[in-house]
Amino acid sequence: MTRQDATPLLEVRDVAKSFSAVAAVRGCSFPLYPGEVHALVGENGAGKSTIVKMLAGVHQPDTGTLLVSGEEAAFAGPADAKAAGIAVIYQEPTLFPDLSVAENIAMGRQPRGRFGAIDRGRVRREAAELFSRLGVRIDPERPARGLSIADQQIVEIAKAIGGSASVLIMDEPTAALSAVEVERLFAVVRTLRDEGAAVLFISHRFEEITELCERVTIMRDGAHVSTDLVRDLTVDEMVRRMVGRDLDALFPKQDVEPGAVVLEVEDLSREGVFRDVSFTVRAGEIVALAGLVGSGRSEVVQAVFGVDGRDSGAVRVNGKRVRPGDPRSAMAAGMALVPEDRRQQGLVMDLSIQRNVTLPRAGALARLGLLGGGGERREAGRWTERLRTRYGRLTDPVGTLSGGNQQKVVLAKWLSTSPRVLIVDEPTRGIDVGTKAEVHRLMSTLAAEGVAVLMVSSELPEVLGMADRVLVMREGRIAADIPRPRATEESIMFAAMGQEANT
Amino acid sequence: MSGSENRLRGSFTRLASWDGAVILVAVVALVVAAAAVDGFGTSNNVTFMVLDLLPIALLALPMTLIIVTGEIDLSVASTLGLTSAVMGSLWNSGMAIETIIPLCVLLGAVLGAVNGVFVTVFRLPSLAVTIGTLALFRGLALVVLGESAVADFPVVFTTWVTGTVADTAIPNVLLPLLLLAAVFTVVLHATPVGRAVFAAGAGEQAARFSGVRVDRLKFWLFVASGAVAGLAGVLWTLRYSSARADNGLGLELAVVAAVLLGGVSIFGGRGTMPGVLAGVLLLATLQNALRLEDVTNEALNIVTGALLIVSVLLPNISRSVRTAAQRRRLRRTPIPQPATPPAP
Amino acid sequence: MSTVRTRPAGSAASSSGSSGRNPLAAVLRARELGIVVALAILVAYTTIANPRFLSAQSVRDILLGASILAVLAVGQTIVIVTRNIDLSVGSVLGLTAFAVGTVVQDNPGLPLPFALLLGMAIGGVCGMVNAVLVRYGQVPALVVTLGTLYMFRGVTYLWAGGQQITADELPRSFLSFANETLLGVPWLVLIALLVTVAAGVLLRNYRVGRELYAMGSNPEAAMLAGISVGRNLLGAFTVSGALAGLAGVLFAIRFGTIDAAAGTGDELEVVAAAVVGGVAVFGGSGTVWGAALGALLLTVIGNSLAVLDINQFWQNAIVGALILFAIGVDRLVAARTARALKKRNSHVR
Repeated sequence: MTRQDATPLLEVRDVAKSFSAVAAVRGCSFPLYPGEVHALVGENGAGKSTIVKMLAGVHQPDTGTLLVSGEEAAFAGPADAKAAGIAVIYQEPTLFPDLSVAENIAMGRQPRGRFGAIDRGRVRREAAELFSRLGVRIDPERPARGLSIADQQIVEIAKAIGGSASVLIMDEPTAALSAVEVERLFAVVRTLRDEGAAVLFISHRFEEITELCERVTIMRDGAHVSTDLVRDLTVDEMVRRMVGRDLDALFPKQDVEPGAVVLEVEDLSREGVFRDVSFTVRAGEIVALAGLVGSGRSEVVQAVFGVDGRDSGAVRVNGKRVRPGDPRSAMAAGMALVPEDRRQQGLVMDLSIQRNVTLPRAGALARLGLLGGGGERREAGRWTERLRTRYGRLTDPVGTLSGGNQQKVVLAKWLSTSPRVLIVDEPTRGIDVGTKAEVHRLMSTLAAEGVAVLMVSSELPEVLGMADRVLVMREGRIAADIPRPRATEESIMFAAMGQEANT
Repeated sequence: MSGSENRLRGSFTRLASWDGAVILVAVVALVVAAAAVDGFGTSNNVTFMVLDLLPIALLALPMTLIIVTGEIDLSVASTLGLTSAVMGSLWNSGMAIETIIPLCVLLGAVLGAVNGVFVTVFRLPSLAVTIGTLALFRGLALVVLGESAVADFPVVFTTWVTGTVADTAIPNVLLPLLLLAAVFTVVLHATPVGRAVFAAGAGEQAARFSGVRVDRLKFWLFVASGAVAGLAGVLWTLRYSSARADNGLGLELAVVAAVLLGGVSIFGGRGTMPGVLAGVLLLATLQNALRLEDVTNEALNIVTGALLIVSVLLPNISRSVRTAAQRRRLRRTPIPQPATPPAP
Repeated sequence: MSTVRTRPAGSAASSSGSSGRNPLAAVLRARELGIVVALAILVAYTTIANPRFLSAQSVRDILLGASILAVLAVGQTIVIVTRNIDLSVGSVLGLTAFAVGTVVQDNPGLPLPFALLLGMAIGGVCGMVNAVLVRYGQVPALVVTLGTLYMFRGVTYLWAGGQQITADELPRSFLSFANETLLGVPWLVLIALLVTVAAGVLLRNYRVGRELYAMGSNPEAAMLAGISVGRNLLGAFTVSGALAGLAGVLFAIRFGTIDAAAGTGDELEVVAAAVVGGVAVFGGSGTVWGAALGALLLTVIGNSLAVLDINQFWQNAIVGALILFAIGVDRLVAARTARALKKRNSHVR
């Protein structure tokens, strides 16, 4: 299907880019041919996002060139890249919540009628046509505010197609999607490919790459490592090239004899979000909360921890009730939550590493109500060291760290509170393979030390590899409680999708 | 890296940062004014200047904390006006001044709580809420006192406010101001509350996920802001011995200007109390010195406005110049390409 | 608030077509309708209490006052939808009123359209100063315009000193424009209407208008979508400045007496008119129709207090309460819409 002999639609040639003396990308080259889906992989911080931003016209390369259909191109801004037929779908959708879906799709190239005014009827009709082409039902007149992540991705794709883009760049589009939604997305991508578009596909999930892509470019530390046909590479080989070394075992699960029940959740409900959720977690046990995105898992754990309210139900730690809607009460009871969204919920990106690590314990570290700084520094130093976090100075803003090291700071912050119940929500999302293994080992160790671990995860290998027990949620309820011996991909997916497993 | 080197570098960046610069400029301005402006250094003028900067300095203290949490309180001057009006009307009704003063501070706190409820319970943007209460409180002040003025406050109190400590040039009111400034500085920079203030401003959601009770924090900051504004209203009334509904009209903008001049980010999450105090001092020095040089009050507006803009503009410009220079350097010296291990 | 946000979710699903397509329906959306109803009740009540309220003189007073405020509020709306704010409008009004007053005083033969254009030009330059500082200085608009609020006012004081331009120093033809009408409608009102309609059509039906909303709705996405954020920002502030300049000339025409304090504190009333009219302070939604109606409502409240013999000191308090009420209602509607949308999402097929 790949037309290697054709002129590449887009070619990256020997491109380099630095940010304040740090080289983000150096000497990177690869072509994108019409009719191919091309994977771009690498650990976080390998320079993929920088490549994406250069192709999008957000950043300009320091050296090297971009070629569009064989012609050298210089993008002064995103408008130029768009005009060259390049559409970018970012990991986090970039919609305008106040505008209608149709307006979002047409933004910047609205059809114009009399006196140059926008033909609003055509804007709506075109959006409706695009949606029917994509086989989805979204009201073009509704505001973008409140769309699910999956629907937002669909709108982004409609935007790209509507702009008749010939090159589609997708930066981890599946990170927040469920299996069904991923399939729907892939079907759309295949259609576009068959129509002659070139797709650059960035993902951390190898099964997606082998399923969808013809060729794969691997990057490491800002440099180009290789570009090969996907079928010529094994997953192990890809990982080896990404990491630059052989990996330790990904799921170092230790067998632990579970102790007494530590966390008890009883009949937890919140109108329209989840209902009658009950479960327990024992000391030393790792319980996974699986299910489709949108099934209410994160909402449940956030209500358990108290950052969200609940309408009814009880949460007990070691038999003592935890006050609803009050994280402080949960923390005092020995609970800790490593949230799903690291950038928004896990860390205060502009604050220093030190302040982030000690934030939950600022009160405990104070002497006579005062904080001198020394105590915080020692505490932060101790925990970041224990987790082997790589950083320059403890006073650097935490936002300057790589994704994996940021996640370690979040973990350090919560481990410093010596939790008896550790809730982790997508603990390894968006972090590189190496750090993933470290995080998994850490969870195992904590469980072995008697901590009750509750893990929300969308990655089935992680769930199967780490959990003693799998709770599967569907539409806001616990649909199944599967012990480790009976947990398989099939049993979990069946429970997660229920009757609709075969649609 | 050794601890001392770390600290040394820390203090260096501090000096190079904006609030460090403001402190430096404020000191230089004081020295220059004292040397070059006739009458600036006289004890009378010093007393006068402190009395002038008192309300702005007072209001700037809680305002700093509020802006660092990412909110704003534009109603402070109206709170000051309303307390002043209520103070006058209570005095007219024959209440004892010793009862009136604490009542007025309490009233300020209640008005602050009104803002706090709108912002934290109804979750409305503080900018809009406090523009609303700015009009509301000032309007109520007019309703309470109309356009009349109450002037016959007990001399003991009015002379204390305008008086000085023994025979020095130190005004009496400087003492409560310094005390409050010290309290607010310690709270912001050396207590768990201060850490929560920065966290809430730089990343509200993350702060909540870390157990910071953001709403409660903001509510009490608005209460503190109101209480301080109430106190400022009392002092203002006693200083001029005149309770009027339009006392402190428009002062909120000067307060915000002083806080931003001191290096506090309007987006929250960044700022220091010493910087803000230097900002207040710098504004007061300039205004006082220029007034002595016979520049009219209104023309001073230009200086206030320009300082405000420059205080945010200058750090931005220096940053972009630095990055541009860096970029040029990088362009000139191509980055050596480390040999990538060939893929087998 | 824009169409999309205030519309209750139920009607968004069932009647999405009609409200989007029919311009009349679009104009009379919930917020605007609410203000019209409030206006009607207020006018009716006041007239019953005191029929003098609807006398020609009184109506004219209200309309002229509302015209100036509406022109300012329209400019403000254009800036606010982009998630910025222009606090300098009161000072720009003062500066242009004094500048144009001085020019007209020295050149009594100056044709009126020229005076209007001159005011807009001066105001436009002030707006551009704001825009350049916001755009190229990367300084938040709240800070920039707070600074220029002081600076423009200071410039006016420096220029005017204590002096005042009085009505007898201005040419008759200039002042009489306040009384001239076209088909019985005062010219000042027509100008305000023209400004509102032009801005309304621009914001709703032209690319640049939709881009302004997009910028306010999600600034980062606007940049990534290739919208010329800088150019649009420059335009928005320049228009706001030019309209403040126009308002300055109208002010001079209407009052005849101009000193350096003209328009002091107007910025808050202008923002209040916009907010009461449903313009969200954090951008992305709101219409100039709403803002103009907000301006009319605030003016009517002021005048009816006087007619009703209520202590006019209540006006400030009422405006404040109205702002709190307006943003409270917006919040309630938005929360309800969000909940409804969420529910629809959670029970997908």
